[in-house]
Amino acid sequence: MPAAVEFRDVCRFFGTVRAVDRVSMEIAEGEFFAMLGPSGSGKTTCLRLIAGFEQPTHGAVRIFGQDMTGVPPYRRAVNTVFQDYALFPHLNVLDNVAYGLMVAGRGRAERRREAEAALELVQLPGYGARRPGELSGGQRQRVALARALVMKPRVLLLDETLGALDLKLREQMQEELKALQRKVGITFVFVTHDQGEALSMADRIAVFNEGRIEQIGTPEEVYNRPAKPFVADFVGSSNVLPPEVTFAVAGRRAWASLRPEAIRLVGGGRPARVLATAFLGASTRLHLEMAGLDITMLLPRGAQVPQPGETVSIGWADGDLHLMESA
Amino acid sequence: MAAAGAIRTAGRGGLLERLSDALWRRPRLLLLLLLLPPALWLGIIYLGALFALLAQSFFSIDEFSGLIVYEPTLKTYRELLTPANLDIIQRTVTMAALVTLAAAVVAFPIAYYAARYARGRWKALFYLGVMLPLWSSYLVKVYSWKLILAKEGILTWALGKVGLLWLLEAWLALPGVGGNSLSTSFTGTFLVFLYVWLPFMILPIQAALERVPGSMLEASGDLGATPAQTFRHVILPLALPGVIAGSIFTFSLTLGDYIIPQIVGTSARFIGQAVYQHQGTAGNIPLAAAFAVVPIAIMGLYLWWARRMGAFDAL
Repeated sequence: MPAAVEFRDVCRFFGTVRAVDRVSMEIAEGEFFAMLGPSGSGKTTCLRLIAGFEQPTHGAVRIFGQDMTGVPPYRRAVNTVFQDYALFPHLNVLDNVAYGLMVAGRGRAERRREAEAALELVQLPGYGARRPGELSGGQRQRVALARALVMKPRVLLLDETLGALDLKLREQMQEELKALQRKVGITFVFVTHDQGEALSMADRIAVFNEGRIEQIGTPEEVYNRPAKPFVADFVGSSNVLPPEVTFAVAGRRAWASLRPEAIRLVGGGRPARVLATAFLGASTRLHLEMAGLDITMLLPRGAQVPQPGETVSIGWADGDLHLMESA
Repeated sequence: MAAAGAIRTAGRGGLLERLSDALWRRPRLLLLLLLLPPALWLGIIYLGALFALLAQSFFSIDEFSGLIVYEPTLKTYRELLTPANLDIIQRTVTMAALVTLAAAVVAFPIAYYAARYARGRWKALFYLGVMLPLWSSYLVKVYSWKLILAKEGILTWALGKVGLLWLLEAWLALPGVGGNSLSTSFTGTFLVFLYVWLPFMILPIQAALERVPGSMLEASGDLGATPAQTFRHVILPLALPGVIAGSIFTFSLTLGDYIIPQIVGTSARFIGQAVYQHQGTAGNIPLAAAFAVVPIAIMGLYLWWARRMGAFDAL
């Protein structure tokens, strides 16, 4: 069976800017796939290449095995939830949700029935008569979601969808999105710059940097075994040790990743000077300087917090120092 | 410890400073002071004069002495509704409607290009291109058009060169729109109106389209709408307030103008010319006032209709 979405050596250049640079990936049907990266890393351009808003400069995007080169967005069985929701201000919520059915020429009664079912699915029953302007950010988002889902797409694209919501609502929507995806069984492709969001929701994550994919893997793989220093740093703000430091502490000459929560205060460990501390609630973050290198560690709640300027002794389990392939 | 700075910074205590402090505490008073002069100007000089004129339409003129009889009557309005005057109204409204429609059709692509695609230097060029005609004298433009449209003018000459003179002649042979030459035809008047009012249609449409985010058009396409459907269901409704705003300009400016039909076109009169003649040479101020009521009434009806059609829903 062909992949839901396949990129084969895809490039998208804007003038001299290489927004997407030789990206190859396969997204399986029914998968919750996250494209994670900082802004300008090419993840949104990849999403737009799937939606059809952009055409590749080189290479091909395939959806369920079919080459999508030259296929306009309105001929693709994918739908998008936009970052700014892009609800139509002149239509009420029901007509917004039914828009795709309307342009497809479906009957009024059917449109109404399906749109109401979609609103039910996103837990906004009875909101049909309102205007988008009367809704809160979270509600607008649900309308945008219903508007895309009502089309029964084979692939649903979500562009930084939760970015505009406050923290509590965002966490709630993360769980709902995940539950919804299991329920409808559609392939979700989710763009985010929030590594926590990607880790908690996705089946697999592609980490983007400067138009390229640095690593593709499950959240556990990406977090525990980052392939490159960028991944280690971007996903979970790991401490990245250059080869000479790794050689000094572990006897191997390679880049290594050391998670802040893996570091402990132990007697007889390596000496480090405390530069600053920050109380995070569940833990306290310490900024340390060890052998000329900035190191971050998380101190669990209840532990004695050292003062800036003190020298502490730190250590970690051998297995927690993860060696990486290259820079 | 060094001495702390003063909590309240001392002003220099001048009259202006005390005044600004006092006004800061009474923002409504400031607003009132700012609004009063323009409100008086608008209320007394502008609207007051207009209502004084309109009130004249309820007086009548004594047919023998030619003097105004200052008694409220609807006699003048009866006179307004005679076939000859209704003919003037009908001609003017038809012209205004045609000019508005044509202006909307011509303006839309230009406004769309400017709002969606033009950036930087091209945008500046667009504004210059649209505004430049507004900087030159209206009379100069109208007389230039008279020359362009004249029988010996450049348009006839150019059509003759490309072998399309028969087309022009066929058009001029048509009753109603035709005439001896373009400059003495209804078509000529229409073209000049279209030219001089076009910027007033382009700018509001461009402003309305400027406010439509690109993602909204992408969303429409994403949901399966062809570009034509996106235009019909998204772009047009969202641009409609701009089109209506532009049409208010083109429609009312055409309804009231008396110079263009005087210089270019047939001898058949428009409302503006009728007003001009009645209040001037004929000295029939009441009938002139009654004529002046017509565009106001038509615009009122038009806006009411536009509102009912949901033209302002996207505002």
